Amino acid sequence: MSTHAKAAAKFLADRDRAAWHDRALYLVREKRDRMAHSVPEWETLRQAASDIKLHTLSHLGHYLEQFERNATANGMIVHWAEDAEAMNRIVGQIVREHGGRKLVKSKSMLSEECGLTPYLAEQGVEAVESDLGERIMQLMHRPPSHIVLPAIHVRREEVGALFEREMATEPGNSDPTYLTHAARKCLRETFRTADISMTGVNFAIAAEGSFAVCTNEGNADLGTSFPDLHIAIMGLEKVIPDYASLAVFTRLLARSATGQPVTTYTSLYRRPEPGKEIHVVIVDNGRTESLCNEAHRNMLKCLRCGACMNTCPVYRRSGGYSYSYFIPGPLGINLGMLRSPERYGGNVSGCSLCYSCSNVCPARIDLGEQIYAWRQEMDADGVADPQKKMMVKTMNVLMRHKGLFYTAIKGAALAPRFVYNNRFNPWCAGREMPRFARRSFNELWKSGMIDQPKKEEK
Amino acid sequence: MKVGLFIPCYVNALYPQVGEASYRLLRSLGVEVDYPLDQTCCGQPMANAGYERDAEPLARRMEQLFAGYDYVVGPSASCASFIRESYPRLTSHNDGSPCLASRIYEICEFVHDILRPSQLDASFHHKVSIHNSCHGVRMLHLSTPSELNVPHRSKLRELLELVEGIEVFEPKRVDECCGFGGMFAVEERDVSVCMGRDKVRDHLSTGAEYITGADSSCLMHMQGVIDREGFPIRTKHIVEILTAKE
Ligand code: SF4
Repeated sequence: MSTHAKAAAKFLADRDRAAWHDRALYLVREKRDRMAHSVPEWETLRQAASDIKLHTLSHLGHYLEQFERNATANGMIVHWAEDAEAMNRIVGQIVREHGGRKLVKSKSMLSEECGLTPYLAEQGVEAVESDLGERIMQLMHRPPSHIVLPAIHVRREEVGALFEREMATEPGNSDPTYLTHAARKCLRETFRTADISMTGVNFAIAAEGSFAVCTNEGNADLGTSFPDLHIAIMGLEKVIPDYASLAVFTRLLARSATGQPVTTYTSLYRRPEPGKEIHVVIVDNGRTESLCNEAHRNMLKCLRCGACMNTCPVYRRSGGYSYSYFIPGPLGINLGMLRSPERYGGNVSGCSLCYSCSNVCPARIDLGEQIYAWRQEMDADGVADPQKKMMVKTMNVLMRHKGLFYTAIKGAALAPRFVYNNRFNPWCAGREMPRFARRSFNELWKSGMIDQPKKEEK
Repeated sequence: MKVGLFIPCYVNALYPQVGEASYRLLRSLGVEVDYPLDQTCCGQPMANAGYERDAEPLARRMEQLFAGYDYVVGPSASCASFIRESYPRLTSHNDGSPCLASRIYEICEFVHDILRPSQLDASFHHKVSIHNSCHGVRMLHLSTPSELNVPHRSKLRELLELVEGIEVFEPKRVDECCGFGGMFAVEERDVSVCMGRDKVRDHLSTGAEYITGADSSCLMHMQGVIDREGFPIRTKHIVEILTAKE
């Protein structure tokens, strides 16, 4: 059994919870559908997004340098980080030079990817998540289970109990509005007292030297308002040419992610206020290498909207933690394989090849097709499942020899049912085996029974 | 027009009645149909498991078996889509012969797009719920994928509506995967079974007596779940309904 299959079985052991998780996420998918269907030019927009990303990725050096030039001219300071370690070191350096112990952070998958928060903690800097879902996960000492809805797997009663412990809220009160207000009160204190702010970057606009940060809670805006240092970290694929292309992405992003027409706050950072600093750290961390991978470079088009997770029937029924890579779902299966087939090959089985992900993706990434392609590479990479390989090899022998095939199915038809319908057959975990026909279609045809349907025995 | 009937391995072994109904359906629409003997498998199960190259000898054999036919038609959307997608990569046609990929059709697709009957000699006085299978929907476009914002149509529904007395329904999650997925069904059996149960319940809630669709594999998986759970519904391949007299 693959690592994903094992973890999924554990998740599914609590049937009610799994059903609730599935429903909660399908609801988001339905909201997305309503939005997608209310924009007549939706499919054209998706194509445009895909094309713009392809264009930018094919001229990545040009646009990144243009961004650096213009951002610098605007008074921002741009840094380049080759990998996670370099990013952490650069951020650590900026923080040290500036001074400060409290960093308020808005959501960034890149910081998860690079392990920035623990790194800063070692340097004596506390990074506080300001996105509510991220904050819940931080207080629970668990990673996010979804890239847009980090705490989607946590029930509100659990949040109530957590806040009771951490923020002394009323015992037993798990009213979402009440809890949100409590979190807000606590976070206000953080916003007021933080010395440093950090955000991710949704889009870096090359022609303007500015960048966009999209949130629903306004936490990035609040976070960057008080401290005089703002550090923004971005993967290098986040660059886009200009504002006209930004308009395409902002129309797609929130509709795909949560089914809202637009994120509540889409803030553009262009130049630091007098006396303040904005640092932008552009991170590679394997992305250039992914770009060289012709079969899988499309992954770099991703906007991190999470739609592929919400629609994935496997993700919804196995939860974010069933994947060994820190990003789950169809996106995570693919990104994990780009990072290391040895370490993350155990996720590739978690796909029924339904291709729903490829059809929701606002950047038209062929996620399902790429998972299929990864499967083809696994045997050569030495990470194929030996049991599955054996099943395939057995099937090969049967199917390549018609005599064997027809003898085998005849045998199965004559054998007592318990021979194959038993608990050692993985099919029978939750399902009955079908019955083999007494005569195969081939046999019926040969004996002339097909052309004379009336004589056919039932 | 010479049509070769393609009977996938598991239909051959488990559901000969589906093959037989396919034959009758095509004949009733005036098509000359032949079944090249001793077919085995198109290679899809190996490919979905990650061994597409292992399908190569099977693909070559399929090309030989069906070399002389104008159209090759079979009752399985996923096999037809596999042949269409992968055979061009798997078989060489340096001699200029056309690839099977260009002639393969899922039977409903063939009837709907090529034969285009305005009526069918069939009656089925029952409530049925359409199973829009993933490969049928998202690879062959038998119906419009629910994710896309393009004008909606459903070839299966259009055909079913030609059957006298039938009442056609569709589940709420209209084209959510049932969890079969070939090797996925055993490799990820817990997720697969959960998806199957959810899907059958969704079909059940339409009030239908039958689940019908163009993929016997999905139907086999769901029937397995139905038999285990004792759900009051049954599966029936769409060609059996398109040729029914009930
Ligand atoms: S792969 Fe596509 S659908 Fe998935 S998160 Fe990225 S942009 Fe969204």
